[in-house]
Amino acid sequence: MELLSISVDSHFVHKMWQDYELTKMVEGGVPFPMLSDGPGNIGRVYGVYDEDAGVEMRGRFIIDPDGVIQAIEILTPPVGRNVEELIRQVKAFQHVRETKGEEATPSGWQPGKPTLSPGPALVGKVWEAWKVEEAF
Amino acid sequence: MKELKIGCGKPTGAKLGESAGSGKPAEETPMGKEISMAAVKVGAKAPDFEAPAYQSGKFGQVKLSDYLGKWVVLCFYPGDFTFV
Repeated sequence: MELLSISVDSHFVHKMWQDYELTKMVEGGVPFPMLSDGPGNIGRVYGVYDEDAGVEMRGRFIIDPDGVIQAIEILTPPVGRNVEELIRQVKAFQHVRETKGEEATPSGWQPGKPTLSPGPALVGKVWEAWKVEEAF
Repeated sequence: MKELKIGCGKPTGAKLGESAGSGKPAEETPMGKEISMAAVKVGAKAPDFEAPAYQSGKFGQVKLSDYLGKWVVLCFYPGDFTFV
């Protein structure tokens, strides 16, 4: 999985942030490319650019190997993301792809937990295959 | 990451567009014409773009379509030095 971060700051400011702050949080600094979208053009197309504030909201897009968007999350600035949930979602989408869509991951699924196989036999029988407690 | 020559003329700015090589600057593709907002939804192709980037001591140019074949997480955020 490759991570790309992107904001309206220039790549020069990205360097300063990396050098002066991020390296104090993460040894060696963050390893992924920090992209610059100065005019907000990419943010506009992705629906995360706030025209009034001139910045981009916390939009997060999971893109599969075919370049197709599988998941979108957009938060306003004061609330941070949940990285664990991001990783869980990526693993779930990867699992679904590996099984060529034969398996689906129910609510609360974690790697190693049972999946569901959608089909005629499962209709009306999800209550047998999956329990509500597994969602939490 | 393709290396980026550093000049003062255009310190920042991204390019949007679907095909590799067309490389039309963003200002020549007004919103709502070639790329519409409706294009961005789950199950649809992620609009391609190219943008200047900083990574591990180097400046470069990153193109989303160069990552085809890999899983990509694209994270927008309000700005460097913001708090959350």
